[in-house]
Amino acid sequence: MNAVKSILLRREIGIFAAIVVFCAIVGIANPRFLTTDNFRVILLLMPLVMVAAMGEMLVIIARHVDLSVGSTLGFSAMMTALMFKLAPGIPWYLGFGVAIGIGAVLGLINGAMIIAFRLPAIIVTLGTLYLYRGLTFIASDARQIDRQFIPGPLKAMSANSPTYALPWIVIIAVAVVLITYWFANHSRLGRQVYAIGSNPAAAPLRGIPVTAVTLAVFSISGALAGLAGIMYASRWAFVNPSNTGWGFEFQVIAAVVIGGVSINGGVGSVLGVVLGVLLLSCVSAALPLLGIAGTVQSAIYGLVIIIALVIDQTVRERGILALASARSARP
Amino acid sequence: MAEPTTDTPLIAARGISKSFAGVEVLRDVDLDLQRGEIHALLGENGAGKSTFAKILAGVHRPTRGTVALNGEVVDINSPITAQKLGVTLIHQEPISFPDLTVAENLVLGRTVGAPLARVHWAQMTREARQLMDLLGVRIDVTRPMRGLSIADQQMVEIARALASDSRLIIMDEPTAPLTPKEVDTLFGIARRLRGEGRTIVFISHRLEEVRSLCDRVTIFRDGNRVATDTIANLSDGDIIRLMIGRPLREYMKKHGTTIGEVALKIEHLSKPGLFTDISFDVRKGEIVGLGGLIGAGRTDVARAIFGVAPASSGTITVNGKAVVVTSPSQAIDLGLAFVPEDRAIAGIFRTLPVEQNISAAVPRRIAPGGIIRRKVEKALAAESVRRLRIRLASMRQPIGELSGGNQQKSILARWLLTDPSVLILDEPTRGIDIGVKAEFYDMIGELAASGRAILLISSELPELLALCDRVLVMSEGRLTANIARADASQESIMQAAVPRSTVAA
Repeated sequence: MNAVKSILLRREIGIFAAIVVFCAIVGIANPRFLTTDNFRVILLLMPLVMVAAMGEMLVIIARHVDLSVGSTLGFSAMMTALMFKLAPGIPWYLGFGVAIGIGAVLGLINGAMIIAFRLPAIIVTLGTLYLYRGLTFIASDARQIDRQFIPGPLKAMSANSPTYALPWIVIIAVAVVLITYWFANHSRLGRQVYAIGSNPAAAPLRGIPVTAVTLAVFSISGALAGLAGIMYASRWAFVNPSNTGWGFEFQVIAAVVIGGVSINGGVGSVLGVVLGVLLLSCVSAALPLLGIAGTVQSAIYGLVIIIALVIDQTVRERGILALASARSARP
Repeated sequence: MAEPTTDTPLIAARGISKSFAGVEVLRDVDLDLQRGEIHALLGENGAGKSTFAKILAGVHRPTRGTVALNGEVVDINSPITAQKLGVTLIHQEPISFPDLTVAENLVLGRTVGAPLARVHWAQMTREARQLMDLLGVRIDVTRPMRGLSIADQQMVEIARALASDSRLIIMDEPTAPLTPKEVDTLFGIARRLRGEGRTIVFISHRLEEVRSLCDRVTIFRDGNRVATDTIANLSDGDIIRLMIGRPLREYMKKHGTTIGEVALKIEHLSKPGLFTDISFDVRKGEIVGLGGLIGAGRTDVARAIFGVAPASSGTITVNGKAVVVTSPSQAIDLGLAFVPEDRAIAGIFRTLPVEQNISAAVPRRIAPGGIIRRKVEKALAAESVRRLRIRLASMRQPIGELSGGNQQKSILARWLLTDPSVLILDEPTRGIDIGVKAEFYDMIGELAASGRAILLISSELPELLALCDRVLVMSEGRLTANIARADASQESIMQAAVPRSTVAA
């Protein structure tokens, strides 16, 4: 009884229900949705958003927000691609270190400005959203890096070939999810992230190094956006200064929020965010299959986000009511 | 460290002074706290007892003076240092991390290790359970803090103090939100901790509780320590006299007014958990004071009358007509006005210009048909500013830039525009300087002279005594006195204000 109740009280149950209902409806409308081929399509839609969403989740749990993840992805991807273009002999796997490192530095800059100038994260990262995008244009001279400059082994990591049961970028995303799960729930720093978001005023009174934790969280978010950057180069085999990562932050934040991470901080789980990414990917994959015109897809996408949040809100209120009744029943 | 002898006090504070923004709130306080005693700090609101406690706990640093722990002078420069030295302050509303589990709240900040060190959940939970068992309380340590009762949150705080093996545990008005049974549990635990040789500082307004629990008592008044003694040596009368002490300053004069018929009549007003069976009336031209300690329910009664949080039973009669007030706009229509206590939260629109703040309560006059007549708004505001002598740079200035006193005048101006027959003022002079205060007193007198009924909520006894025709006193949600001007004194008001609720000893 208790175990069942604790599962039903979990925040993730609402989003999980939404996914099941959505897939069932789409599956009835078009049985092709429930085929292995389509599952593979959904699977390949997920890794980039998933990786960046893990970082964004930590930022939002700490009661901040990072709007610059799309531009960080773009800049990291562009710098890595430029390196491949200008120094063709360089080992392709070094690109990972470069992309992650550049992303981490950009994230650190976000965190440092938030701390130093005591500005809200939404303002600072709105600024760096444009700043980092602008730097991408300057560095690339506004020119796209085409597929011949992207190393073959890197492109192969996204290959939908029978050689791999799962493409490497999916495996990378799974690894990032598992590491984030451990970090958020079982590391000292991870728990301090939750504490800061839960009660920012109390955190310094309890000896939590708020500055260090904030810098760490933004650096992690930047590093993961950088990782998503090189994964983008792998997946699409080009890097474009204006398209790469443009609008990406909204997908990421939407997935995180749909996944039940409270914008007020302190609350959120890796499982929820994984489900949030899954739901958005299902919607993306379903719209063309349902024959919905491209012009309408954005509107539908937005509606799904709102509906998912309404469901989540309802579930949470029900959860709180259940807690309250359990309390009053106590002797 | 030198081995402390048994008669070295645990804490020896010497010459502690503290100023906030140039205002001295603690003056040259010396105080010793012995090992294994429960020591009460008493005093009126603002007497300095909480400030002193916060200095011991590292929340504030003294402007001057030293604190010695076991004979060694220590610099308690932060709550973390205090924690390491074994000093824990338990706030009335405990600070916690509502989304984290009870067990995590217990160890947070105490655990050491690298940032990526593993959190040992099982061990943490086991230790938390042991602490709860030690205290004899049943709280599920794996549940989140959110939703825990205040009493349980306090228990978690006490457990936290034990987890870091605190030698000094300061409880700031811990019993105010507790039921008698919970108070009983708390006192049992406090006595057990004393038995273990720990020192407890207990801040409370309830004399009976202090009497049943504490060994010694220190009384603060106006930032000074005025007495420290064994509790048995002092009678209730002694304590109250020591708490009030200061001579009544006659800086206020009372305008002679004729008192007319009843303007506001309250009968049997109740709201469970806040106030019970409140009945009184206020006549035209009369200033009725409402005294009592903070938390006695005075503001809740005012909010109920004004329809902010309506009472659950009882009747309100305004100018002879029985009314049911369920919203502030209805109250305004009936001729009521309410200047709330905390202007930052409930009174001003901080970022809006002064003139919009003044005109906010009369939308129909400045904007008939929904379109704002800027000319009318300007004229009304300018007139108010002149009449109340509000000092400002420009009418378009955001009200948040004005001084406290001028903000308060602007809010008063807002309500005067509605031409109220009943005016409720909640702590109107808190946080404003003495010069503006005197102007305020004159204004309140003039308002009464013009036939308005005034209900003045105030924690300042001299203010109540000087301004009011009658003083009502509330204590713990009940009306405990209705004192005519001739019989009102600081003693009579304090006697009625200090709770004497039943304490299970």
